[in-house]
Amino acid sequence: MELLYTRPKTLIKPGSYYCPGCLHALAGKLIAEVIQEMGVQDDTLLIASVGCGGMFKRILDVDCASATHGRAAAAATGACRCAPEKLVFTYQGDGDLAAIGLAETLNAANRGENFVAILINNSTYGMTGGQMAPTTMIGQASTTTPGGRQAEREGYPMHMCEIIDQLTAPRFIARYSLDKPAEIRKAKAGIRHAFDIQRAHKGYSFVELMSNCPTNWGLSPLQSLEFMREKTLKEFPLGVFRDLEKEETL
Amino acid sequence: MAKQFMKGTEAIAEAAVRGGCRFFAGYPITPQNEIPEYMSRRLPEVGGVFVQGESEVSSVSMLFGAAAVGTRCMTSSSSPGMSLKSEGVSALAAGQLPAVIVNVSRGGPGVGSIQAAQMDYFQVTRAMGHGGHRLIVYAPSTVQEAVDLTYKAFEKADEYQAPMLVCPDGSIGAMMEAVELPPFRDAERKRLTTYASQCINPDKLIISTFHYTAEHSEGFNRLLEEMYEGWKQNEVMVEEYETEDAEVVVCAYGIVGRVAKDAVKQLRAEGIKAGLIRPITLFPFCTKSFEKLDYGKLKGILVAELSIPAQMIEDVELATKGRVPLESLTHSGGRFIITEEVYDRLKAMALGNTKEVK
Repeated sequence: MELLYTRPKTLIKPGSYYCPGCLHALAGKLIAEVIQEMGVQDDTLLIASVGCGGMFKRILDVDCASATHGRAAAAATGACRCAPEKLVFTYQGDGDLAAIGLAETLNAANRGENFVAILINNSTYGMTGGQMAPTTMIGQASTTTPGGRQAEREGYPMHMCEIIDQLTAPRFIARYSLDKPAEIRKAKAGIRHAFDIQRAHKGYSFVELMSNCPTNWGLSPLQSLEFMREKTLKEFPLGVFRDLEKEETL
Repeated sequence: MAKQFMKGTEAIAEAAVRGGCRFFAGYPITPQNEIPEYMSRRLPEVGGVFVQGESEVSSVSMLFGAAAVGTRCMTSSSSPGMSLKSEGVSALAAGQLPAVIVNVSRGGPGVGSIQAAQMDYFQVTRAMGHGGHRLIVYAPSTVQEAVDLTYKAFEKADEYQAPMLVCPDGSIGAMMEAVELPPFRDAERKRLTTYASQCINPDKLIISTFHYTAEHSEGFNRLLEEMYEGWKQNEVMVEEYETEDAEVVVCAYGIVGRVAKDAVKQLRAEGIKAGLIRPITLFPFCTKSFEKLDYGKLKGILVAELSIPAQMIEDVELATKGRVPLESLTHSGGRFIITEEVYDRLKAMALGNTKEVK
């Protein structure tokens, strides 16, 4: 019988430490599959972060340097400059990447560092219990905006792909969603494309994955997917913002 | 090897390159800017990498990644910048990552002053960042010593897989002296082994500053404790000068130690039994040097430092345990302690008329 699907060897058993219905685990599986398909498990260095993203080192069977709050892009800079033979990528949540790590993120992108930055955007700080993130929706309740985020008081959701798209150096910038199979397939292809760019030493890629947080949103897994479709995916448009690889081949 | 005439900061940078440093990240701050400037042109010559970080925080975090892939690395800064770096230094210690940090220290607190000072003593000798981590802190008193200690710091960083600190005050960084440079060490990357790998994924290299269970967290902290206790036994460096029969002793480090030695020589020439204890490592501290003093003869110890309030005097208090009166001589903000001041204070102490001088 032909084997059509199996668990990637790059995924550590027993697997996810994430809450039921959390799409972090799916993101982990996609990345694990891409690493296995590329055959680079022993050459991969994950720069993990803190919070829910930090648990990635417990599910991906690769070398990992787990940076402190917001510093993944700086750590990745040091790693990719010194070890050009490695597949270096960061994995950070929205609070980590867009708030406390904004300076590191933008400056690494601006230098065109040769690593892939993966942002998992679920509009909240998951591990710490659901505080407001830079990506929290207007009106969305959080433990630090109990009546909902107000633009006059907390400003507007930050769109990281669009911000990074203002910089000259990045090679590939895209936003995908993990809410349904067709989008998941696109997300995996986008991750693979970014990893290929890194392996070819062509520079910086930014891949944003729209995700959920059933626990802190106070919704069931299915309801959280509905919330994404009705709210967050309307605020954060999907698509490829820049692909210099494609432009070069045209 | 022939000696060269070099500025302290540039000599430190060259010593690092010869010690195998192949990655440097830093951010501008006076009075250490010659180090990143030197590295920006020197490292590419030896196949190394220089990155100007967007901040102190980012620069030290770049070391986290460079060290993780086994590259010898360094960052430098000065006092206010060290506060910013402290987060990353704590992370290097927790991640078991070898790295060398240089603090060409200036006045404080806050932005303080850009002149040379020794006001970071508490910060560098206790825990620079959170969590009670320690560093071996090297305090050179000459440019040659700055070269030798920077070179040694890379060896010790590798040996202990931990961050090390070289802490010249701004005057050592700014002065030019003849130095003999050490030979080039190999600069091969090496694969690290970590406690976190054993806890999380023994088949892979895991650098983590976080532990998921109480047992692992305590186990790791016990490992650090054991290492720090070992440093107290094996890594203390000190210059003891004419202390065997001393009736008065001055304790001073860095540039002040050098000044104080001249005062001791002058007093000895006059028949006054003066001595010097010059800590070369600020941590681990030279506690044993104070055990060897003859407290039957000793009239007092003068602790001289470029810091107001005095800081090192607390370590001298811990080392002498009330057995002898201590006096403090301090300046800061760019004012220096000069030989005559040390001479006058020690002489008054020896003659028993301390109060008149004070």
